[in-house]
Amino acid sequence: MSHRRTHHDRVLIVDDDASLAEMLSIVLEGEGLTTAVCRSGDKVPAAMGSFRPDVVLLDLMLPGVDGMEVCRRIRESSNVPIVMLTARTDTDDVVAGLAAGADDYIVKPFKNSELVARIRARLRRTDQILETLEFGDIVLDPAGHTVHRGGQPLELTPLEFDLLACLLGTPEQVFTREVLLQKVWGYHHPGDTKLVNVHMTRLRSKIEDDAENPTIIRTVRGVGYQAIAPS
Amino acid sequence: MSEPREGLWGGVRRGASSVAGFWRRSLRLRVVGSTVALTSLAIGLTGWALLAQVADGLGEARSTSAVAEARAGFDRVRAQLETTAVADAAAASEAVSQIVDSLTQSGQGEGRYDVVVAGPLGEPGEPAPVRSSGNVSASAIPDDLVETVADSDGVYWRFAEVPVAEGETRPVVVVGSRLDVPSTGDDYGIYYVFSTADQQETLNLVRNALALAGVAMIVMVAAVALVMSRQVLEPVRLARRTAERFAAGHLEQRMHVRGEDDLARLSESFNQMAASLQSQIARLENLSKLQQRFVSDVSHELRTPLTTIKMAGDVLHEARSGWDPSTARAAELLHRELQRFEELLADLMDLSRFDAGAAQLELESVDLAEVARRIVGDPVLTRKHIDVRLVGADEPVVTEADLRRVDRVVRNLVANAAAYSRSEDVVVTVGENAGSVSLSVRDHGVGLTSEESLRVFDRFWRADPARAAGGTGLGLSIARGDARLHGGDLRVGSIAGRGTDFVLTLPKPGGDVKRPALEPMREAGDA
Repeated sequence: MSHRRTHHDRVLIVDDDASLAEMLSIVLEGEGLTTAVCRSGDKVPAAMGSFRPDVVLLDLMLPGVDGMEVCRRIRESSNVPIVMLTARTDTDDVVAGLAAGADDYIVKPFKNSELVARIRARLRRTDQILETLEFGDIVLDPAGHTVHRGGQPLELTPLEFDLLACLLGTPEQVFTREVLLQKVWGYHHPGDTKLVNVHMTRLRSKIEDDAENPTIIRTVRGVGYQAIAPS
Repeated sequence: MSEPREGLWGGVRRGASSVAGFWRRSLRLRVVGSTVALTSLAIGLTGWALLAQVADGLGEARSTSAVAEARAGFDRVRAQLETTAVADAAAASEAVSQIVDSLTQSGQGEGRYDVVVAGPLGEPGEPAPVRSSGNVSASAIPDDLVETVADSDGVYWRFAEVPVAEGETRPVVVVGSRLDVPSTGDDYGIYYVFSTADQQETLNLVRNALALAGVAMIVMVAAVALVMSRQVLEPVRLARRTAERFAAGHLEQRMHVRGEDDLARLSESFNQMAASLQSQIARLENLSKLQQRFVSDVSHELRTPLTTIKMAGDVLHEARSGWDPSTARAAELLHRELQRFEELLADLMDLSRFDAGAAQLELESVDLAEVARRIVGDPVLTRKHIDVRLVGADEPVVTEADLRRVDRVVRNLVANAAAYSRSEDVVVTVGENAGSVSLSVRDHGVGLTSEESLRVFDRFWRADPARAAGGTGLGLSIARGDARLHGGDLRVGSIAGRGTDFVLTLPKPGGDVKRPALEPMREAGDA
């Protein structure tokens, strides 16, 4: 399906707990994935360079540099999908992690199948569009997963690309958060609308001239989002 | 006919009660009102006493001068009668007439008095012929004065009223004396009638002046009371306003202390109380923060190893088919109990967050009917062959709520009903009214006794420990916590042998749950 499936997908596990990190490796390797473990946040940049992961599994509670900071540092140089592990269900923490650049999160403890499903969902591209899409001055190229606005390339994560492609693919259609969760995140997670909200904020900050007054993606109060066709 | 009168009466009553209400509420009005009332009483009494004294003084002065003048007149008459020789009674009477005329003339000349002469006097009670000057008739002379004069020597006087016209009288002082005519031996009563109109006028003047002064005094006292009450009540009002702001959460609010009087001490006490409250609240807040921190830490510290164990358990569980039966069974038990352990931990954390006040709501528009439809259609329920019927879920029933929590509550109630319902017949009803939305989950199972109904929300309580169908025993406590976090409630109604009815009620924005849209079934009202 995807161009990356020719080799084993690579997962970088960033976790300070040795047992948990090893256990994560065992389970993911059992699923046919290649893994590497980073025991502290300081070593992540080096591992990013040498291991070149396809997805990062990041524990938010790390000694030294904390998970949020690691997340931000990865995002400075890479659009690699990040799934964070959190022990806290507190909304604030999850939202902060997502705002720092994580694509998805999973709350400890979890089922192995759930973990694998989340990782796979981030590895698999949800093909929202098949051909190059022009939308006003925005051009989306599904082959190279690139976005240009007015000729300038935009740095979007794969998830943000899919989110944008989903909305622009059928302009004017209102997508509820539930539908977006299913189509873009690739699994059904009822009620977890903060995932959509936080990513929408990040996406807007990248594509809109003024993220406070969006002109491309409109919020339909109480329903969801829609792309406004350029006039 | 009676309608408008009632309306009027009602209006009067309403008016009266609103005045009464204002009187009750306004301390200042009461202070001014009672001050004015008491001052009016004091001024009235003083004025009345003063007026009485003035009237007495004026009357005495007038009577003294009248008596002196009359006495002089009597002496003159006596002297005149002694020098006048009269032969018989007729001549005496004639002489007296002349004297009266002369006296009257001198009186009339100055307009000061009239003279009345009665006589000759016969037996007591027998009317005597009367001669008088002016408009004064014999009836003007008080009867007791007539008797006194007839019986005794000397000069006597009385105050009296004489008629001047129809229904009008004028005040007078009457001075009388007996007059003997030596030559005939006849007695005459002679009376001077002096007008006291001047004195009355003076008295009126004084009374008017006193009334005016009294009214002015009352007005001034009212004004003074108004000012004084303002001076005293202003700090009280200030204290009230400060207390209100304090109660509204402005804990740094303090009163301004000025001087050393009672009001300053009130302010000081208020400030001490405020400071003490503020520090208490700060301490509690700190405690709550510590508690939240602890919950969060425990949660993390437990969750990381639990995650590893659970993952390992999952691996073992999946590999169990290749093992001997007892090891495989051990892996199964490990897997199942880890699941329970995890649920218990999650539930305990939720309860801790309720206790610490750290639970947060993520409000969004939630349609209870849709929630009910989704949960009722859950394949887990259909697998158990439980027939769940939906009532009232065709129309949206919308409020602002935390979807995750509402979902959890309803799921828990339906799962509970499914677990305990023997009849495999569960009814989920959705309803709403102006202030709230409700969802009821009714089973037709064994029901609860009234004592069990009271304990059903207790932590770790189970209806029948032997029948425990899994779960942590915390589900309903958490469900109620979720409901109350919304400002709503979760209530239970049950009849032993006929089933149990849980009703979740959530307020609409700006509404409350005092009158829920649905009520749990009751022993009597159950149809």
